[in-house]
Amino acid sequence: MRPLFSAFGVGVVMALGLGLAGMTLPEKIVGFLDVTGKWDPSLAFVLLSAVVVYGVIFRLTMRRPKPVFDETFSVPMRRDITGSLVVGSLIFGAGWGITGLCPAPALVSLTAGNVSALVFVAAMFGGMFAFRIFDNYRARAAERAATRRLIEVTSEQV
Amino acid sequence: MELTSYVVPLIGGALIGLATVGLMLFNGKIAGVSGILSGLMQRFTADTWWKVLFIMGLAAGGVLLQLIYPAALASTLTRSLPLIALGGFLVGFGTRLGSGCTSGHGVCGVARLSPRSLVATATFTASGALAVLIVSRLFGGAM
Repeated sequence: MRPLFSAFGVGVVMALGLGLAGMTLPEKIVGFLDVTGKWDPSLAFVLLSAVVVYGVIFRLTMRRPKPVFDETFSVPMRRDITGSLVVGSLIFGAGWGITGLCPAPALVSLTAGNVSALVFVAAMFGGMFAFRIFDNYRARAAERAATRRLIEVTSEQV
Repeated sequence: MELTSYVVPLIGGALIGLATVGLMLFNGKIAGVSGILSGLMQRFTADTWWKVLFIMGLAAGGVLLQLIYPAALASTLTRSLPLIALGGFLVGFGTRLGSGCTSGHGVCGVARLSPRSLVATATFTASGALAVLIVSRLFGGAM
């Protein structure tokens, strides 16, 4: 039960931080991204502060043998820069810029009865579902290509 | 620049940092909201419960904000619903293809100096700035 309480508590604190930081106001996001117009630098302070706090406590946390309420740390180990990473980030950035919303603040705004946030979150689930279909298709295509190569190699040997 | 224009963002950012690193300290997990959300669309396992509770915490925090600091949720930005829907779809697809969003890459990944997250964060910030340029400059923000 305790890991569930901590996950809930972390969500509440994160929502309060996002609200205080101005991240739940799409006009602040747009102002931050509007580098050629009336640039609003306040989100740079938000990111700086969040990254420094995370960085310091993360290093201390990694000295522990395991998390407080769980058995293992799940830290991503990949270091490869792929086309998917870059193209995906380009697509995400476009959506972020035109709406001023990203996943966490949209979920926080959802409970305020905000119609825009509701439409955004519904469409976001749609986008995630579309990705899953695309990803399955991509995996099957890769599998077919691998099979074809195997057949070519085998027939050359014969 | 007024004191509040950077002190309040610094405190808000520190809370975001504490919460996201708290999920690593207590649960051993990266606080990547897009990844956690997409996890709710997978088959339900024992590992799904903390994701559900985390998302419920975010939503409950929204209710709390509405009570104690409603100005945080009183947006005045006007975007048409079709544009919002297009943006939401791009965010959903893009965060899955790019393995993360502002929380997972932007905060957790950048703080760990992960090369993938540094590239992702630079890319989505640049792309976001370009999108704002197009919407605000070319269309005068009326879309």
